[in-house]
Amino acid sequence: MTQTLKIGPHEFHSRLLLGTGKFASLDIQDRAVKASGAEILTFAIRRLPIDNPEAPNFLEKLELDKFTLLPNTAGAYTADEAVRIARLAKASGLCDMIKVEVIGDPKTLLPDPVGTLEATRRLVEEGFVVLPYTSDDPILAKRLQEAGAAAIMPGASPIGSGQGIVNPHNLRFIIEAAKVPVIVDAGIGGPADAALAMELGADGILLNTAVSGAKDPVLMAEAFKLAVEAGRKGFLAGRIPKKRYASASSPAEGMIE
Amino acid sequence: MKLKINGEEREVAGVENISDLLSAFKLEKKILVVEWNRTIVNKEEYANTRLSDGDQIEIVHFVGGG
Repeated sequence: MTQTLKIGPHEFHSRLLLGTGKFASLDIQDRAVKASGAEILTFAIRRLPIDNPEAPNFLEKLELDKFTLLPNTAGAYTADEAVRIARLAKASGLCDMIKVEVIGDPKTLLPDPVGTLEATRRLVEEGFVVLPYTSDDPILAKRLQEAGAAAIMPGASPIGSGQGIVNPHNLRFIIEAAKVPVIVDAGIGGPADAALAMELGADGILLNTAVSGAKDPVLMAEAFKLAVEAGRKGFLAGRIPKKRYASASSPAEGMIE
Repeated sequence: MKLKINGEEREVAGVENISDLLSAFKLEKKILVVEWNRTIVNKEEYANTRLSDGDQIEIVHFVGGG
């Protein structure tokens, strides 16, 4: 059995988490979300345009009882900023999970390890179910887990870069040592990247640009749904090892002469 | 009174509390969160939170993001 994904007190069937940013239209977004089978959707917290309150908003059209919201602290460069955003998200009453995102540099959007760890500690203390977006540093992942993170979310490569997994070895180290789910988040490009991450033993994948930026986001969402399922089954099925030399598939005996 | 709302100085007349403010901008039905002078105000407290000249208010909502 492929089992469910357990994050804190929550349980999910889908191992694909979907970001909701940068979709060309609400209609495409809605169809892509459905095609992905995702149960967890991420959101950002931003100022409401008070002079244009009727501007279309994806969340307001969403069937909230069918999804779990995972707001992020995107925009935060310090732990203080992340905590402030997280509290605002929680005050909506719609969610208790938070994706901690504390960025260290605007060009690479790589996470600030110090701010991420501090924000995680503080928000765990305040009762949030914390999912920190982090680098692929196995020691930092260990510290985040010790701080009480409900899951670890290491990046495959920089956000939106589509590079896929640049360091599968570190990801492997993180997965082997983790006692909480490991969700590969950021930099996923194509379905093969997601399948590889799952085959390495990841518990889930979070992606956004890989779907919203694709030529056909709805079809791509479906492709990722299948890739995550395939990778998970491949991991559980126990693949063959890589060998230097060949090993024939057809029998050696009984050959005609 | 002068209020700074979402980073903009505004002159808003006829509002006494946060509930009035949201009505004035037709935001009563929106999914949003209010932070008043750096304190988050719960929905139940909107009517009880009196506004004063110079108050700083952030009104936020959920948007698409990764």
